[in-house]
Amino acid sequence: MKVVHYLNQFFGQIGAEDKAGIEPVVKTGPVGPGVLFQELLGSEAEITATIVCGDNYFAEHIDKATEKILAMITDYHPDLVLAGPAFNAGRYGIACGAICAAVVSRLGVPAITGMFAENPGVESFRKTVYIVATRGTTAGMRDGALKMARLALKLAKGQPIGPPGEEGYLPRGLRKNYFAPETGASRAVTMLLKKLKGEPFLTEYPMPVFDRVVPLPPVERMSEVTLALITSGGIVPKGNPDRVEASSATKYGKYDISALQRLTAESHETAHGGYDPTYANEDPNRVLPLDVARDLEREGIIGRLYPYYYATVGNGTSVARAGQFAREIATELIADGVRAVIITST
Amino acid sequence: MAKEIERAGIPTVHICTIVPISRTVGANRIVPAIAIPHPLGNPTKPKKEEKLLRKALVEKALRALETKIDEQTVF
Repeated sequence: MKVVHYLNQFFGQIGAEDKAGIEPVVKTGPVGPGVLFQELLGSEAEITATIVCGDNYFAEHIDKATEKILAMITDYHPDLVLAGPAFNAGRYGIACGAICAAVVSRLGVPAITGMFAENPGVESFRKTVYIVATRGTTAGMRDGALKMARLALKLAKGQPIGPPGEEGYLPRGLRKNYFAPETGASRAVTMLLKKLKGEPFLTEYPMPVFDRVVPLPPVERMSEVTLALITSGGIVPKGNPDRVEASSATKYGKYDISALQRLTAESHETAHGGYDPTYANEDPNRVLPLDVARDLEREGIIGRLYPYYYATVGNGTSVARAGQFAREIATELIADGVRAVIITST
Repeated sequence: MAKEIERAGIPTVHICTIVPISRTVGANRIVPAIAIPHPLGNPTKPKKEEKLLRKALVEKALRALETKIDEQTVF
């Protein structure tokens, strides 16, 4: 059987963030992690081509990139498509998910990818695509690839696929009927007794978590409110005094801008390790728009700009941690009477 | 972060390049940005024009904050 593999510019051995803008290209045979996949798939399957696309190119042109890549995949008439694994890389996860979804729905060919449970690609695509659960970093490559290869062969051969926990993929929200030896009532009581004894039990119907916040009423008189700026783009004073980490940040910084009209290449820089820093370092206002915020304050459109901004690095930073940062920041902002917030992300 | 700050009681707008990620994490007011390494700028444009572009994006974000919405909205 013929297999096509999708990789980003990094795993596709083209380059790092400076090459994240490249358009999709085709390479013959397996590349990078594809070599491991080829070994795991064995003689039954052959990775005939690898498609490599820059993470930024994909994320900035999702529809166009999907079309181009789909056309490239079609040329090889594969029996199976593999993407990633993307671990906890957000842009890469979205790309892997979107490509697999398009392959399944438009080409009718089985496709499978792998991601860390918190990757934003999971929420967007887990219902349409088999996404194998991997660790957050490339340390989970071998284990992830093993699970992906096993599930991929089953899918391609049309063999029955077991439940998520057994096969190692993330739940797709599907329910399958089966004949249970005991009635629902007796299973429920058994479960309740285990719960009362503090023993582990497995629910048959996990409740979905919809963590949404009802939108707040709009800001009424912007010309009278204090507005604060926050960024996950890693803009920090030159030298990064708080040592905010380049990825998987464990902290955020609060920086005084009361005396500044704009950020400059001399005063600020980015600590973010997940995008090419050239443009942000050249002009940090491209990520944290202090210059125009000051203009709008002067013009009376914004009442007042809060004298500090907050910054962290949103690069593989866990959602739970980012939520914690935001709750702490919000407490300070509320105490200081801030009534509107702009967050910028790269 | 946008969701948590809004939950705490301050209307928040998220200017970001990858809209699907912002939707997934639950920002309510979303303004699409220009590009990942320069969300509020475009280095190929002259400085003056680039700043106008940035101002237009921030003004759009302010309008988003001033707009009544009932669900996640991309402006």
